[in-house]
Amino acid sequence: MAAHNLKHALFCAIVTLIISYPILGFNLASEGIDVTLEGAKTSTVLGVLLAALIVFLFQLYRDNIMGSLRQLPAVNPLANRKPMEQSKRLKLESTLLTLMIIGALIWPFIASRGAVDLATLVLIYIMLALGLNVVVGLAGLLDLGYVAFYAVGAYSFALLSQYFGISFWFALPIGALLAALFGLVLGFPVLRLRGDYLAIVTLGFGEIIRILLNNMTSLTGGPNGIGGIPDPTLFGMEFGRRVKEEGNTSFHETFGIAYSGEHKVIFLYLIALVLAVITAIAIRRLMRMPVGRAWEALREDEIAAKSLGLSRTAVKLSAFTIGAFFAGFAGTVFASKQGFISPESFVFLESAIILAIVVLGGMGSQMGVILAAIAVTILPELAREFSEYRMAIFGAAMVLMMVWRPQGLMPMRRIHIELKRQE
Amino acid sequence: MLVLEDVHTHYGKIEALHGVSVEVKKGEIVSLIGANGAGKTTLLMTVCGNPQATSGRVILQGRDITRDMTSNIMRSGIAIVPEGRRVFSGLTVEENLHMGGFFNTKSEIRKSQEHVYELFPRLKEREHQRAGTMSGGEQQMLAIGRALMSRPNMIILDEPSLGLAPLVIKQIFEIIGKLREEGITVFLVEQNAHQALNLADRGYVLETGRIRLHDTGKNLLANPDVQNAYLGG
Ligand SMILES: Nc1ncnc2c1ncn2[C@@H]1O[C@H](COP(=O)(O)OP(=O)(O)OP(=O)(O)O)[C@@H](O)[C@H]1O
Ligand SMILES: [Mg+2]
Repeated sequence: MAAHNLKHALFCAIVTLIISYPILGFNLASEGIDVTLEGAKTSTVLGVLLAALIVFLFQLYRDNIMGSLRQLPAVNPLANRKPMEQSKRLKLESTLLTLMIIGALIWPFIASRGAVDLATLVLIYIMLALGLNVVVGLAGLLDLGYVAFYAVGAYSFALLSQYFGISFWFALPIGALLAALFGLVLGFPVLRLRGDYLAIVTLGFGEIIRILLNNMTSLTGGPNGIGGIPDPTLFGMEFGRRVKEEGNTSFHETFGIAYSGEHKVIFLYLIALVLAVITAIAIRRLMRMPVGRAWEALREDEIAAKSLGLSRTAVKLSAFTIGAFFAGFAGTVFASKQGFISPESFVFLESAIILAIVVLGGMGSQMGVILAAIAVTILPELAREFSEYRMAIFGAAMVLMMVWRPQGLMPMRRIHIELKRQE
Repeated sequence: MLVLEDVHTHYGKIEALHGVSVEVKKGEIVSLIGANGAGKTTLLMTVCGNPQATSGRVILQGRDITRDMTSNIMRSGIAIVPEGRRVFSGLTVEENLHMGGFFNTKSEIRKSQEHVYELFPRLKEREHQRAGTMSGGEQQMLAIGRALMSRPNMIILDEPSLGLAPLVIKQIFEIIGKLREEGITVFLVEQNAHQALNLADRGYVLETGRIRLHDTGKNLLANPDVQNAYLGG
């Protein structure tokens, strides 16, 4: 055993102790109005020590362990699998999509109210992630402040309805266009930057929008948020028990059925579903159009793209604006679903989660992004019992993904035929 | 067609071109040769406006383009095959070509695509292959094809023979000859001085940012200085 390994193993064990002991080894206990610091139970302390020992032993014998693992190809049955044939793949993908849409249509009529509500949230995240996928996955612009456009969409609807009584259906395009306008205006100065600098500046913009919303108390209500955002209507039919706006009728009376709060939830879900499908189709179209190829070309080789007469600013700006547009879409639906919004809903963590969805899904692939959005939204709900460790589980899942599938769940593949090499 | 008058170009504070004057007339093939680091790529990129000349004038088809934006210059009848090919490796051959004709109409694209496939039948065979998985020679053909897609009057090539086998180089030079027959003006930068000067009507020799020699291709080939420095004695 090389001395180097021993030193490395000791170091790792000590790091384990330094990280876990302060977090797990102490408890804050309140006695009356005082808060005191207590040592944790002996079992926890033993657990921490045991963990350090395991880390030490693993690092000491790491080469042997990893070596023998590698001789077990059965551990990862997918490792040496050949890529699926193109025609088979396409068929599978379209079957899967059809099944998913059918499932999504049946879902609200078989699931509980809570489950439908959660599914609406999933659809909102799908819209957001598909939009961010254009910016990050296709155009290669790392945008850490994407949530700002989501906020613009949500607040435009909230404010328009509060001050001008504008309904959901009018607010939807207005919110999306306003978000796109913000994308255009914010994008113009920042898109000169690249890579890390762009990421930091967009991060700043995301925070600025949130802080503005927080501080413009007279307009936005500040931290108190805006409530009483109306639900969408169906051809002038409202879903509440009583009709709020003159000239409207109520859904249950028109159809002569008993009032049920579920109608509204299902209706919102279906709207979100339709909008998510529209988003997916629209972006798919754009990807096939010259502008979509220009995004990819500019990401792949800026000098070559410029040499063909493409303007860097125009191409990047179009991706940024289109991404923002769909975030505005999602924001309007979100505001309507919650009925109440505040700056709390638009913190950096939201941007991070949406970005995580795009990365997990395999940058650029729509199917992957959809699956990842479902996983990332639903898993924390299923793991409610471990709610304290939610973020830890989330982080661990990300790390594992990056180790085993660094290209994401379903990396983007373009339609092409591989010819046999003639050599 | 293209005139450079006393062009100086800087990278930051360092001057890379110290007053270069070059002229390429309509229908000509003009070759520019020079050692590594002489400033050949810099000269071509200055024509494209990236970086822009700090003084002097660049005139394309009678219009002063010294201060124009790259995207505007590249849309005015000139195309470049950049150094190191720079094909879009994730896109297919066909998509790469379509990027070349980005500002043309669909029917124009279809026509130029057919024309490119006639020049390079190999590209047609590989239409749906990803550019990144092709051999160096095929990528160079694609880079030339992509530049031709915008139907330029003038094409600039930066070391198209770089890293290619003699047989492929021969093919590429044949294609360059064909382009002249089609009426396209060619400005060619090469390390491969022998073939470049053989093909060229006129040639320039660039040394550390200055034009040292300027003559017809034949005379330069016969020039003892050129033979010593660039043709291996
Ligand atoms: N982006 C840059 N920033 C700073 N200096 C640069 C840059 N590009 C080129 N140079 C410098 O300018 C000079 C000319 O470089 P250039 O690339 O034009 O040479 P070249 O003749 O094309 O050489 P080669 O035959 O190797 O391609 C060199 O000294 C180089 O170091
Ligand atoms: Mg060069």
